Amino acid sequence: MSHFFQTIFTANKKLNTDQLILKKTVLSFFFFFVLAGAAFWGWKWLRSRPSDSGKTSAPIRAVLNTNEKIFDGLLSDKHLTKEYPKSKAANPARVNGFLGLKTPFDSANWRMNVIKASGDTLKLTLDDIRKLPKVEITFNFKCIEGWSQITNWGGVRFADFVKAYGLTNETAMEYLGLSTPDKEYYVGIDMLSAMHPQTILCYELNGKPLPMEQGYPVRLIIPVKYGVKSLKRIGDMYFSNSRPPDYWADKKGYDYFSGL
Amino acid sequence: MKKMIVKKHPLAIRWFHWINFPVLGIMIWSGLLIYWANDVYRIGFGNFTLLKFFPQSFYEALHIERRLSEGMAYHFVFMWLFFLNGIAYVLYTLFSGEWRYLLPQRRSFKEAWQVLLHDLRIRKTAPPVKGKYNAAQRIAYSAIIVMGIGSILSGLAIYKPVQLGWLCSMMGGYKAARIIHFVLTIGYVLFFLVHIVQVILAGWNNFRAMITGFEVKKIKETPVAGETPPVTTEKSK
Repeated sequence: MSHFFQTIFTANKKLNTDQLILKKTVLSFFFFFVLAGAAFWGWKWLRSRPSDSGKTSAPIRAVLNTNEKIFDGLLSDKHLTKEYPKSKAANPARVNGFLGLKTPFDSANWRMNVIKASGDTLKLTLDDIRKLPKVEITFNFKCIEGWSQITNWGGVRFADFVKAYGLTNETAMEYLGLSTPDKEYYVGIDMLSAMHPQTILCYELNGKPLPMEQGYPVRLIIPVKYGVKSLKRIGDMYFSNSRPPDYWADKKGYDYFSGL
Repeated sequence: MKKMIVKKHPLAIRWFHWINFPVLGIMIWSGLLIYWANDVYRIGFGNFTLLKFFPQSFYEALHIERRLSEGMAYHFVFMWLFFLNGIAYVLYTLFSGEWRYLLPQRRSFKEAWQVLLHDLRIRKTAPPVKGKYNAAQRIAYSAIIVMGIGSILSGLAIYKPVQLGWLCSMMGGYKAARIIHFVLTIGYVLFFLVHIVQVILAGWNNFRAMITGFEVKKIKETPVAGETPPVTTEKSK
């Protein structure tokens, strides 16, 4: 054993080939295992970080937020979702997710509450929204689960709605917040994505009024985000410079941005 | 017989290799957590399914189920390490000249078959190896770089299909990009299995080189060598 250590700590010049092979091998493997151990320790450390109210820990969340900043730079009104001919749209469209739709719904008394910066609230009916210029979009709707489906939606461009109801002061803020009438489901969206020309306040699917399970009377369709952000049955709409609460990001650990 | 220390893998290559190993492992694991949420791929036709990706027992054994958000989070963190390490490896290989040992030569494609037949014990002799890698290795190690680039491009196409719409179209659309991304991953797993078997068969000297950087070559004693100390090529590089 002492021979062994002697070999390790002897200068290369004084060693014969066999000793040199031994020394180099032992030292290399020693450093290899030290570094592998450090990597393993780093992984254990990362896995043991406490989670936020979702399931994501602070260091992971920090990288996701950095990703958002990096890829936010790509976001532009000129980058449009590919559109398809209406004939390609699935009918019926896939229904996924009933959060916020389970509470008994009184459609006669429904209003979309637009909470303005001044504290005033616009209470809009379906007709108030329908009278604005209608646009249609047929695109590949992408679910965060991984499936996608070409679907056809109709409604008013969100940016047009903002202009029509004089909400430009509000949309100068950083985020748009939406929630269902029963407040069971809620999302937050960065304003750049909300004002994207393909984001619509949607009241039609395949040319017909939205079915209940697709969010009647009015839902959001936002092709630059995963489907989780296309909130069904808008109850409240508000604006904020801090991140509005977001069901999947806050409760389940998903990326807040979820941009495509 | 005299022994000689011969340099094989530069330190940088060994770093890239051993960083890639756990990082790719984490990417595949987190990718599985994501894939589970929409596990639609199979091998088969019509109603006949030969192999479903993946059987329920597989998910249960590896605790894959209901971890989509965790999978996405880790995938989008470790993608940076996979990407940066891969870029560093490719750049190093290009600028150090190591690419010469790696790039398949014209005869590599013919020789690779001979290597394969030899490794399967069908052929007695293997073609002579010039440089560090035989013909089959040249093809496999170059292919894995192309696959890595494919994973990054198809991954980006799925990650930002709107903002990088041109890339998504280049990949044949969103669904096609997802399939490419998945098939490449299966490719890594198959590569890994063959790689492990080959490393075991090649033996200790070969494996040690991936850690220490050198191989030991045995040379016949030359009659005039006398008492001169053994030559190492270490400094002659």
